[in-house]
Amino acid sequence: MAAHEMTQSAATASISDDATAGTEPVRRGVGFGERVQRLLPKLVLGPTMLTTLLFIYGYVIWTGVLSVTKSRFLPQYDFVGLLQYEKLLDNDRWGVASLNIVIFGGLFILICLGLGVLMAILLDQKIRAEGSIRTIFLYPMALSFIVTGTAWKWILNPGLGLEKLLQDWGFEQFTFDWLVDPDMAIYTLVIAAVWQSSGFVMALFLAGLRGVDNSIVKAAQLDGASMPTIYRRIILPHLRPVFFSAFIILSHIAIKSFDLVMALTGGGPGYSTDLPATFMYTTAFSRGQMALGSASAMLMLGVVLAILIPYLYSELRGKNNG
Amino acid sequence: MAELSLNKPRFTIGRLFVYATLLLGVLFYLMPLLVMLLTSFKSMDDIRSGNLLALPDAFLFDAWIKAWSSACTGVACDGVQGYFWNSFQITIPAVLISTFLGALNGYVLTKWKFRGSDLFFGLMLFGCFIPFQVVILPMAQTLGWLGLANTTTGLVFVHIVYGMSFTTLFFRNFYVAVPTELVNAARIDGAGFFTIFWRIILPLSGPIFVVCIIWQFTQVWNDFLFGVVYSGGDTKPITVALNNLVNTSTGVKEYNVDMAAAMIAALPTLIVYVLAGKYFVRGLTAGAVKG
Repeated sequence: MAAHEMTQSAATASISDDATAGTEPVRRGVGFGERVQRLLPKLVLGPTMLTTLLFIYGYVIWTGVLSVTKSRFLPQYDFVGLLQYEKLLDNDRWGVASLNIVIFGGLFILICLGLGVLMAILLDQKIRAEGSIRTIFLYPMALSFIVTGTAWKWILNPGLGLEKLLQDWGFEQFTFDWLVDPDMAIYTLVIAAVWQSSGFVMALFLAGLRGVDNSIVKAAQLDGASMPTIYRRIILPHLRPVFFSAFIILSHIAIKSFDLVMALTGGGPGYSTDLPATFMYTTAFSRGQMALGSASAMLMLGVVLAILIPYLYSELRGKNNG
Repeated sequence: MAELSLNKPRFTIGRLFVYATLLLGVLFYLMPLLVMLLTSFKSMDDIRSGNLLALPDAFLFDAWIKAWSSACTGVACDGVQGYFWNSFQITIPAVLISTFLGALNGYVLTKWKFRGSDLFFGLMLFGCFIPFQVVILPMAQTLGWLGLANTTTGLVFVHIVYGMSFTTLFFRNFYVAVPTELVNAARIDGAGFFTIFWRIILPLSGPIFVVCIIWQFTQVWNDFLFGVVYSGGDTKPITVALNNLVNTSTGVKEYNVDMAAAMIAALPTLIVYVLAGKYFVRGLTAGAVKG
């Protein structure tokens, strides 16, 4: 209890230190130049504050307003309540897109985490040429999703792509037509997205592994624990924060996935690989249903917040306690 | 951790497994790039008769030349060269301005805090996370009002506005670690806001500038959403042109031209990654983890 109070007063002390650091260290006569100097920080940050409030918060509200109107090609502002949201929930295409983001997002996150941890652990075994291998695992992250989509569209081409390669190698019965199969096309998105992002997850975990305290591991080894046990019981639990941040980043990538779908499947065959982001784009821009598109954008924001707020909350609470 | 299990890595079944798995990984990650390159140097006959990983009968640059100067990207058939330069026209000012503003913002947010500046930083972080779908419609309308619809200037503007959350975050997290005493001492000596920034803060900021510029460069260069929504016929960035070339062209599909165009779109960011990979990774992890 006493210790707790002490850390708290230490925390407040450091905060007030910061506060004085922000104001004048030495009091002098308040001349004109002085006053300008004192205003300068606010003047410099001002434009950014303004654009942030306007172009982020203002626009979110604006989109929210559009979502309760009947706007089509042009915005108009007759209030219709939650009509668009009701329409959205009745919309088969939105249903497909929502289900797809669950399938795509779930698989994408799970496989990236699995591959990332595995590759990081393997790379952490004093590997020769570790640097080059890391470089190779990570380069896809530098590419545009459009490039990734274009490449995988060709690789997965039914007929001339992977199918032909494996047939040439002697697997004559091999067929692979997921790209044109409405039931399977969504998994081609998972393959390409995992290829692009898993190396990044590996880099996160590798950094985490390098930060684990060696003495704990040594102690466990002296007690006779085997390496797999040490990984399972000691090292991986230590990486919990990395799992969390990787999860947040990956879900963020998943929900924003737009370019990859446009390049790889175009949402097709039919609309079998539509995701919320592509649904929003097609609805608002190609089909001229601005209000419905706005409603779908607001729902996307809702999902992001539902993931983000608990995370930020636990982060902040963790910092206050620690 | 490895040194704990094996003081000197010996050759064992375990290590064989480790190396074999890593090799599989290397092949998986390299294969698409290899396929793209091989395909781009083949003729269409060669593509139909061979397979993805077969070497070209002859290394031809025809597909590259066609992709660059005469392939059809929608209505126009001038290749991707114009759009490639568009992307530079958009990327360079957007990166430089957003980075510089980020540096100034980070400097204020750490060394010249005022009431509400921390709250503002919190509000700004949110900008790193919103799905842009939630702002694109109002921004489209605004660009129209400003007369910036379908212009590269409009795209530069959009990239600055929405890139600033990230650049500010980068610099803020970097400057937090710069001792405030340094700034205070200079203030007692009578140095003002900008003098301290130019003379003390900027000379320390080399690494974070590199990280931030690389991050922004890849973000803006690779952007597709803003590009497809806000650009017009002649002002499209390369990503949009590539997508049009691959997905809307009619007639016989020329996979070699597709792959050459994809390589052209990928080269600038790949080159940056190869030259400055260390900083690239640092940016990814800093931007991601701290965000």
